[in-house]
Amino acid sequence: MKPTLKKTPMPEQEPQHRVKNFFEVALGYSEEQAVTEAKRCLQCPAHPCVSGCPVGIDIPGFIKKIKERDFKESARILKKYNNLPAICGRVCPQEVQCEERCVVGKIPGSEPVAIGRLERFVADWEADNVKERTVDPTVPKGKKVAVVGSGPAGLTAAADLAKMGYSVDVFETLHKPGGVLVYGIPEFRLPKSIVEREVKYVESLSVKIHLNTPVGKSISVDELLKDYDAIFIGVGAGTPKFMKIPGTNLNGVYSANEFLTRVNLMKAYLFPEYDTPVKKGNNIVVVGGGNVAMDAARSALRLGAKSVVVVYRRTEQEMPARREEYLHAVEEGIRFRWLTQPLRYIGDEKGKVIGVECISMELGEPDESGRRRPIPIEDSRFVIEADMVIEAIGTDANRFLLSQFKGLSLNKYGYIVVDSETYATTLRKVFAGGDIVTGAATVIEAMGAGKKAAFWIDRFLSGEYDPWR
Amino acid sequence: MKNRIIKKSRLAPQVYDFVIENEQIAAKARPGQFIVARAHEKGERIPLTIADLYKDSFRMVVRGVGKTTYELCMMNENDVLSDVTGPLGNPSEIAYFGNVMLVGGGVGIATLLPIAKELKKHGNKLHVILGGRSKEYVIMLDEFEKIADELIITTDDGSFGIKGVVTDGMDLVMNKSKIEVAWAVGPTIMMKFCSLKAKELGLKIWVSLNPIMVDGTGMCGACRVTVDGQLKFACVDGPEFDGTKVDWDELLVRLSQYRDEEELSLRKFKESVGDLSWL
Ligand SMILES: Cc1cc2nc3c(=O)[nH]c(=O)nc-3n(C[C@H](O)[C@H](O)[C@H](O)COP(=O)(O)OP(=O)(O)OC[C@H]3O[C@@H](n4cnc5c(N)ncnc54)[C@H](O)[C@@H]3O)c2cc1C
Ligand SMILES: Cc1cc2nc3c(=O)[nH]c(=O)nc-3n(C[C@H](O)[C@H](O)[C@H](O)COP(=O)(O)OP(=O)(O)OC[C@H]3O[C@@H](n4cnc5c(N)ncnc54)[C@H](O)[C@@H]3O)c2cc1C
Ligand code: SF4
Ligand code: FES
Repeated sequence: MKPTLKKTPMPEQEPQHRVKNFFEVALGYSEEQAVTEAKRCLQCPAHPCVSGCPVGIDIPGFIKKIKERDFKESARILKKYNNLPAICGRVCPQEVQCEERCVVGKIPGSEPVAIGRLERFVADWEADNVKERTVDPTVPKGKKVAVVGSGPAGLTAAADLAKMGYSVDVFETLHKPGGVLVYGIPEFRLPKSIVEREVKYVESLSVKIHLNTPVGKSISVDELLKDYDAIFIGVGAGTPKFMKIPGTNLNGVYSANEFLTRVNLMKAYLFPEYDTPVKKGNNIVVVGGGNVAMDAARSALRLGAKSVVVVYRRTEQEMPARREEYLHAVEEGIRFRWLTQPLRYIGDEKGKVIGVECISMELGEPDESGRRRPIPIEDSRFVIEADMVIEAIGTDANRFLLSQFKGLSLNKYGYIVVDSETYATTLRKVFAGGDIVTGAATVIEAMGAGKKAAFWIDRFLSGEYDPWR
Repeated sequence: MKNRIIKKSRLAPQVYDFVIENEQIAAKARPGQFIVARAHEKGERIPLTIADLYKDSFRMVVRGVGKTTYELCMMNENDVLSDVTGPLGNPSEIAYFGNVMLVGGGVGIATLLPIAKELKKHGNKLHVILGGRSKEYVIMLDEFEKIADELIITTDDGSFGIKGVVTDGMDLVMNKSKIEVAWAVGPTIMMKFCSLKAKELGLKIWVSLNPIMVDGTGMCGACRVTVDGQLKFACVDGPEFDGTKVDWDELLVRLSQYRDEEELSLRKFKESVGDLSWL
């Protein structure tokens, strides 16, 4: 049977409804829809999709079991490779990973197999239907590993090490585990109950998560080095950058991190039932063109904004946001002003932002990133009225731990230098991965790093290989 | 049990003294550092200074000004705070200087105490000025009496000590002694005027800034302040800065950012718990 050309569509909340709530936009496949979609997979022997996956999931394997309606077995296969599939199925950029390489997508006029949607389906099916999640017993190795940071990198490293029999302590400075998954990515894209579920799974492997524990402050680096056989650092790149243009400290100007942390981690969208407030603007300007900008814009809209404008200094072609998120934003009524760069924020006499002075740009020669460099056009200044501005222009390394680690080499951007194969840092016993090594990247890359680091930590601790020799 | 209130006592109207069980913080904190606390699952994260340390616990002094601080002040011994993170921020830079001036106002007096004790340990002579609205708001007086080499009290209404403000006290101290360095901790407006006075006197002054914070770990930028023309995050770059270089007016404006929301929150809270003036 020839596969249909298009992916089986996934039901979604209608745009006019969803802009009024924080519930999940995409609703997930039914069993029938999943089986239909699974049948589109050719089970091709070369299965190039697998090489596109940063954690190398046996994609044809888990899809085959969906086709056979053995969802339980499908979930087992998935879990062998990916400790957090319900999260990845929702937020991975599959269009540039597995699905990009899928053979079905290479057929003229055809879309690839919806691998991400299937992954999500299986993970959710398991959560709904398998009450007792069995954990294979492991032989304790009698060695201890400390994991700093409970984002996807840390959680993945912790889960894999625990499965190998190590005793693992995760230290997290916030009051909830998950890193960006809980403070950054909004509820309507990744419900926090799903993050909680996946964290519970990691804990069920006997991983101990210590919240409210800022390593470098409440536990010293020396103590960690003394008490643990190995350390994995996954502290992320959480320090917001600011453009530092005049007016940055006016009231109503936010970093995306602050805005999203208030909304997601602190649940400010439920203020005053929850105590943490967030400003609810009418006319909002979001600066930036990545996923973070899309999340900030769409969250602001759900808080009741009349108008949300995203300003980006390049064009639609260059914007780094996932296509799907951009299209969702457009559907919801968010407007985009391409080739626009803010110059300063204008405030009123009370110190509140009332507008953004911008300048128009044009694209010149390609820069070191290969993208055409935006150049300001003279005499093209204009003002956008705004009572709230959210800057989403990127993040830097998390600072306070690294300053305490003597002997840890950092690159010129402040990220940790590691061996590209083993994830070993320049300091004996210490490994690192995720955004703190690569700079802001993706959930799955952070997980891939955590996974590979766990593999090499095991080889190091079992005496098979010493990255420092 | 972690984060249990071991002891609670009233220092002044709406000002309470707490001892909180927390081994990690007790073991690691240094003068000048703070914690971030959350009273319950729906609560806000708020920063509070570590006022003293004991074997397995630490001390904090809370003044009720809004919903969260009122809630804390209404908690009782053996209640447990849902979250306490710390110690955060950089410790004070303490060494032997000689004559040191310490200016405290309101609950800032509690922030000043551990700094004063540490300075004393390093052999400094302490010239202390404590200020309050009236006599009952000058807290922790007995504790400062034990360590101060000179102690001046100012009250707005003259009910105790000199009738006046702490900067009047600064003049008095400067007239008599040669001061090497000063600390001022209290309401933002007080720290602003202390810093202006210090600048006039050519005196190095440390202040402990209290902008609105969320995480307290450098992750959000809510706490940003301008110091010497530079953008700083008070939680990781501070909380202490050179007072003569702080953009005070910007900080004052930023502190008023959530006034409407704070009022709404407090009004709803008062509707549910009733009158709070007894606190
Ligand atoms: C708004 C937003 C949307 C995004 N959307 C997507 C998406 O759709 N798809 C995608 O693939 N990626 C997305 N990303 C990127 C992705 O979330 C990150 O690349 C990923 O979370 C990095 O994981 P990590 O484990 O390295 O770090 P993080 O997730 O940043 O976790 C690090 C953790 O370490 C903790 N920590 C830091 N310092 C210390 C310390 N000293 N002691 C203890 N704990 C510490 C932090 O509090 C944090 O919890 C998004 C990012 C943001 C901000
Ligand atoms: C590093 C640091 C140390 C602090 N130490 C102490 C302490 O030891 N004892 C103590 O009682 N308070 C301290 N504060 C102030 C305390 O955090 C605030 O009073 C508290 O956050 C107010 O919360 P709320 O919900 O009760 O009031 P809200 O309703 O949020 O605010 C009420 C009023 O307090 C002001 N306010 C709000 N947040 C802050 C803030 N972070 N700092 C100052 N004023 C604020 C508002 O402008 C408003 O006028 C400290 C603040 C910082 C940044
Ligand atoms: S490349 Fe596409 S068709 Fe081939 S195995 Fe992978 S998902 Fe199936
Ligand atoms: S409080 Fe978030 S960066 Fe300082």
